Amino acid sequence: MSKKIMAVDDSATIRQVLNFTLQGAGFQVSEAEDGQDALEKLANDPPDMLITDLNMPRMDGIQLIKEVRKQPWGKFIPILMLTTESQEAKKLEGKAAGASAWLVKPFKPEQLLAIINVVLL
Amino acid sequence: MMDQYAETFREETIELLSELEVGLLELEQRPDDADVIGRVFRALHTVKGSAGMIGFDAISDFTHEVETVFELVRSGSVAVSAELVNLTLAARDMIKSLMDAEFGGQPIDPEAAEQIVAALRSLVPDTKEIAPPVEAGIEATEPEVVEETTYHIRFRPPANIFHRGIRPLALLQELARLGSCRIIAETDAVPDLDELDPELCYLYWDIILATVHDEDKIRDVFIFVEDDCDLKIFAINDDLLDAGGGELRLGDILIQHGDLTHEQLAQVMSSQSKPKLGESLVQAGVVSGAQLDVALEVQAQVKRQQQKRQAIDEASSIRVRSEKLDSLVNLVGELVTVQARLSQTADGQDSPVLSEIAEEVERLTWEMRDHILNIRMLPIGTTFSRYQRLVRDLSRELGKEVQLVTAGAETELDKTVIERLGDPLVHLIRNSIDHGLESPEERQAAGKNPKGTIFLSATHSGANVILEIRDDGGGINREAIRERARTQGLLTSEMETNDTELINLIFTPGFSTVGEVSSVSGRGVGMDVVKKAIDSLRGSINVSSKSGEGTTFTVKLPLTLAIIDGLLVQVAEEIFVLPLSAVEECIELSREDVASANNKNLIRVRGEIVPYLRLRERFDLDGELPDIEQVVVAEAQGQRVGFAVDHVIGEHQTVIKALGTMYKDVKGLSGATILGDGTVALILDLPPLVQEAELDERELTDSIQEKMISFQ
Repeated sequence: MSKKIMAVDDSATIRQVLNFTLQGAGFQVSEAEDGQDALEKLANDPPDMLITDLNMPRMDGIQLIKEVRKQPWGKFIPILMLTTESQEAKKLEGKAAGASAWLVKPFKPEQLLAIINVVLL
Repeated sequence: MMDQYAETFREETIELLSELEVGLLELEQRPDDADVIGRVFRALHTVKGSAGMIGFDAISDFTHEVETVFELVRSGSVAVSAELVNLTLAARDMIKSLMDAEFGGQPIDPEAAEQIVAALRSLVPDTKEIAPPVEAGIEATEPEVVEETTYHIRFRPPANIFHRGIRPLALLQELARLGSCRIIAETDAVPDLDELDPELCYLYWDIILATVHDEDKIRDVFIFVEDDCDLKIFAINDDLLDAGGGELRLGDILIQHGDLTHEQLAQVMSSQSKPKLGESLVQAGVVSGAQLDVALEVQAQVKRQQQKRQAIDEASSIRVRSEKLDSLVNLVGELVTVQARLSQTADGQDSPVLSEIAEEVERLTWEMRDHILNIRMLPIGTTFSRYQRLVRDLSRELGKEVQLVTAGAETELDKTVIERLGDPLVHLIRNSIDHGLESPEERQAAGKNPKGTIFLSATHSGANVILEIRDDGGGINREAIRERARTQGLLTSEMETNDTELINLIFTPGFSTVGEVSSVSGRGVGMDVVKKAIDSLRGSINVSSKSGEGTTFTVKLPLTLAIIDGLLVQVAEEIFVLPLSAVEECIELSREDVASANNKNLIRVRGEIVPYLRLRERFDLDGELPDIEQVVVAEAQGQRVGFAVDHVIGEHQTVIKALGTMYKDVKGLSGATILGDGTVALILDLPPLVQEAELDERELTDSIQEKMISFQ
């Protein structure tokens, strides 16, 4: 059974890049446009891993991470945050919220897969 | 490069740009509306991110400049003005033009873009460089340091690591990918069960890693936890080695790890009576057993590394006549014997001083023996190249297309073994090309690549080397073997054979399945010759085959012929050595067992009848037969044969000594060895021993038959 990953980003391009890259590596991928959308979709079908952008309308990535960590299924899943802000503040905020790892955009597909290898086993 | 994403990007960006436009126009009306500022910022942010993702750097770089200004607007450092809105609208149009250019539109004058950027920057009060450096969590490439360094890494994750969805195991696995790695889990912080919170991580790890990568690369593995965890990385560097005069001292390692202070070390050293510092430290309670284990492992690792480095340094070699090495091996054999006597004598003397010397001599002797045997080792790859030529010539001669693929060329084997392996290997390869592989037409018809492949590989497996000669041909034709075996009288139609037994019939002397004899192989010289040659190297050969998929010959050889792992057995006063590689098991043989088999030399081993021969009778030894004999069941001549002895003494690794020319015609003995007490033990050569016994038996039956005929 291949692992399920949800990709959350308000950019359709990034979602597509994530989707293609992850599917190519054998993962099952679902998409959401923002934090709110993700939470609604996740409730029925919890993933093995979450990849989320930080800056999104309605519910941002930090809030999404906090919400997911409150869920029984989300307590221990790996969460990768995507960010274009390499400032410490955002990273620390995300880590404090419970993010496992981060990746700065733009990234190469192999960088994404390398990180997933580290955090998703 | 990412054409597949370009269309999505264009649609998305057109949408975002119109959102941007709407937002900017709203902003003109309500300059302080944070919600609108947020939307404008996000639109720019997303365009920048997406463009960067799919490699439209011109769009990404330009949008980044605009976004930077709006980030300041968002944080309140820059106020929204009509000028800002105008400039941003111009920037929006520029982004559109830049995108069109990417999709085959008019190229853009870079100066026009730069002007907008310059004008935007002028709106920022203190124009310092605010462009954040772009970094990624894991870098794709990094410069490599070629020389290996050993690191000791202590990784103590925060107890709540699981709550961040991080698996320490994955990190350790990632680390192990960097080089050769020893990981020791430290469990001393794990509390009692009733106090244990299963969601917390109590373990920490000591890792000894030898790697060509630098410290930064190691830190990269822990990048996502580094700030929260206790991560110590010590490079075992030359300073530490120099302090110990080229050797890494245990005390220095423990001090570097922070497990021990100089004072504690000095104290223990002064009161120490035993030669082992580590034990004393643990006894004194200043260092835990686990800490000591780690330090010892570091020490061992550094030693291995030093040896490796030396090996590279000393790549320049000298040529030595192999006779010189042979005599050296002989001398070491003598030394081992004398050393064994010394140890035995020391044991009986009750003298601590003598015991200590004996132990030291023993250690040195074994080390020396290993080194000398190692000198005789050569990589088997030197012979592989000669087979390439053989394959090339043969395939032409036979009109077959063949490629030879080799693996494990670096596997080392005793020089003598390699030399004597040449002929059997040539024969096996010939056989594979001639009989194993089909013609190109046949292969094509079977849906295979017309070019056949022969794999030749060598791997280490304990004290043995396994050679594999595999072809991807048609496999062994069972029916042809059965047919042939019947005509040769090896099989009668009633005889039941399993598949393995059947295909192993090809090793029977004089056996060949191919009707007509080709010039390449099968000229009376069959697989039995190969088997004999392998047997003489104390090895074994097996064949397995799948119809239509190919045949694999597996040859198992000892690393060296100079040493033998033997089973010591006693018959009357004599001690014999059986090669352990052939021994399968030992079972008891009581007088009743003998009686129930009607005094025939047969014994039942788990339902199977196994013939045995008495070494006592074979070698005409006197002495009383014990009530319970031991039968050592071994593989010889492709069958299980028992050897009845008085006692089984145990395993013994020993240096083989040649018997000399006087004994060259004695069958069944392959050499001798001298035991610790000076006794000479003969090493048995099982196949000829069994052959002799069979021959005698046949003569006996023949003579009985003759007698019966004359009687009639």
